[in-house]
Amino acid sequence: METLEISKAAANGTESESVRTVSVVRHYKLGRSIIPAVDGVSLAAGRGEFIALLGASGSGKSTLLSLIAGLDRPNSGAIVVEGQNLATLTSHELAQYRRHTVGMVFQSFNLVPTMTLYENVELPMRFAEVRRRERRARAQEALERVGLSDRMKHRPSEMSGGEQQRAALARALVNRPKILLADEPTGNLDSKTGTEIMDLIRELNRTLGMTVIMVTHERPLAERYVSRLVFLGDGKLLSESVNKPVQTGVAQ
Amino acid sequence: MRTYDLLELAGRNLREAGLRNSLTTLGIGVGVASLVAMLSLGIGLQKLATRQLGRSGLFDTVVVTSRQDSRGGRFTQSVSTTAQPKPLDDAARQSFEKMPNVAEVYPNFSAVGEVRLDSSKEEGHFTVVGGLPGSARESESFDDFQGTFFSGREAQEVIILADFGRELLGLPPEPRSSEQKLTTDQANQLLGKYVVLRYHERESNQSSGVKPAVASPAGSTPAASKPAAAKTSAEQDTKQDTKNAEQSEDAQAESMPSFNLLPRQLKLKVVGIVTSEPNRGLRQGRTPVFLPIVLAESLNMIQAGDLRNILRPTQNKTYIALIVRVAKSKAVPQVEEEIKKQGFGAFSIVDASAGLRKFFWFLDMFLGIFSSMALAVASLGIVNTLVMAILERRREIGIMKALGASDGDVKRIFFVEAGSMGILGGALGVGLGWTIGRVINLATNFYLRQQDFRPENFWVVPWWLVAFALGFSVFVSLVAGLYPASRAAKLDPVQALRHE
Repeated sequence: METLEISKAAANGTESESVRTVSVVRHYKLGRSIIPAVDGVSLAAGRGEFIALLGASGSGKSTLLSLIAGLDRPNSGAIVVEGQNLATLTSHELAQYRRHTVGMVFQSFNLVPTMTLYENVELPMRFAEVRRRERRARAQEALERVGLSDRMKHRPSEMSGGEQQRAALARALVNRPKILLADEPTGNLDSKTGTEIMDLIRELNRTLGMTVIMVTHERPLAERYVSRLVFLGDGKLLSESVNKPVQTGVAQ
Repeated sequence: MRTYDLLELAGRNLREAGLRNSLTTLGIGVGVASLVAMLSLGIGLQKLATRQLGRSGLFDTVVVTSRQDSRGGRFTQSVSTTAQPKPLDDAARQSFEKMPNVAEVYPNFSAVGEVRLDSSKEEGHFTVVGGLPGSARESESFDDFQGTFFSGREAQEVIILADFGRELLGLPPEPRSSEQKLTTDQANQLLGKYVVLRYHERESNQSSGVKPAVASPAGSTPAASKPAAAKTSAEQDTKQDTKNAEQSEDAQAESMPSFNLLPRQLKLKVVGIVTSEPNRGLRQGRTPVFLPIVLAESLNMIQAGDLRNILRPTQNKTYIALIVRVAKSKAVPQVEEEIKKQGFGAFSIVDASAGLRKFFWFLDMFLGIFSSMALAVASLGIVNTLVMAILERRREIGIMKALGASDGDVKRIFFVEAGSMGILGGALGVGLGWTIGRVINLATNFYLRQQDFRPENFWVVPWWLVAFALGFSVFVSLVAGLYPASRAAKLDPVQALRHE
């Protein structure tokens, strides 16, 4: 039955579809009881879409994001990203998928504290075996894009949260993924810097055509930027709604 | 991940926890050092022992005699599986020289003479004179001796035992040890000075030349000329007597050449003084005076076995015994067998080096196992350090995985870290072990010198030991890294990233 659904999913997957989850279940064992973190979520994201996953903490939105990111595997169901069914990938292929297809940013930035900004941005390209010279060019380009080209030699501890998150964005970009997965990217930032980061993410979404899936619990923020709101509760998909984001600059 | 990225990341990680990793590396270093020090001493002792054995000349020589001597001439009776007994003559000598693994062949030269200092008016000292081939320079007797070796193959020079030197100088024999060296003063009274050697030259009576020319084959011409063995009482021994008896019993009349003994004397320069007999090998009795073997042979000195030639003449000059020196002691049995097959008597001492090798193999194993303990403990240090590193770098591992590092990448980073500690520790340990071994050697030699012993080098670090120590250290480190590396690789990135 599962395989049927998967093949259906693959068949339904159109050219313009970026991410599709089919009845994804992920549960954790806690002692004897089984806690369903994600409980049968089916979701689709088109290319270049900007989606917000909303819900209270424990609603399963972060777990769903980890599953789409290929950091975790579902207990059942299928996740098809850019035509690849993640369930069929070996752990090595899954690593390659994380390398090339998705980029991630986190609430707590997750920069390696012992590395300079440049080294942090360079890190994913080491795994992707990008040649040194090209690495330099790409890292510079990415850091310029987020406005940090003059701070390459600094360590994360020397920078503000906003700058760190921008560096994390640059790092998520360097391998030129099609999808950006953001887990509460503004959660640790004040509202002003949060807006700056969101602006930056929207810019990436627009100029690079990246599909963005963002986990957040700040609905107002999400409504200003995303094209679709997905509500999760207790691991289940509660509702979806199309959103008309506020236009930047000119609209105000 | 490319190799240089791997090395760079691992190197960065090692530097980050610099103190801890240095201490772990030092631990490995100490382990390797104990291994290197122990084994270098074990190998050194083994080398020393084999060297001494090798130079004693005991285990690389085959003494060849003619089987004609021991059979009383009844060739026809001996139905042997091997060849007919042959005379031990120059042809035989050349055939031995051509054998594989044979380093050199020289006669077992031993004659009796009288030696006195040229300057002395006293009566000479009755002594046995031996011959030394050039290769004897390698003998352990010349490790620490006074003077020089012969200047040439036929140089009119002698090398004498220190004890005999004392005799020449009219000093009392050394009570402590006959191997006691002469004082520099005493040595100077001998070195470069001349001694007079009185001996008897053997001159054949018959027709021409030095060789006893006997035309008739054995047994065909009965003749009963008496051996003109005048003045050879010293060489006469009971064996010869019994042989004579045998001969007469056999009534095997043979052509018996005679020779004259011409008294001669020769001035020889004392060039070297040794404390032990060089190339002693299987030589019996005490030989305190040595001439270059080629000179000794050319002098035609009457030798103990010459009487035999009178009784059992051959057409050519024959030897009583030839010493065949074999290049490798391992090949001794083979050479001995070959010589026996040719119809000669051959004799050697069973190679003791095989037993010695076994002993040292056990000794080295013992030393190796014990010193490996230190390395084993040090390898636990690696496990400990890396497990700690996993805990510390949990989040970092999670980040790397999220950025696309595969399990293999993470595993390899930890592996390279463990291996690097192994290489660095190994290099450090080799250096340290080298130093420790050297210090032990120096200290022991200092002690030996104080006790009036000859210093010895019993500490050897062969290149393969260095390679082995490095390789072993890396191997142990990688084994130690196995568990931490796979644990790091299996780390769940979701949980690792959640970890604050």
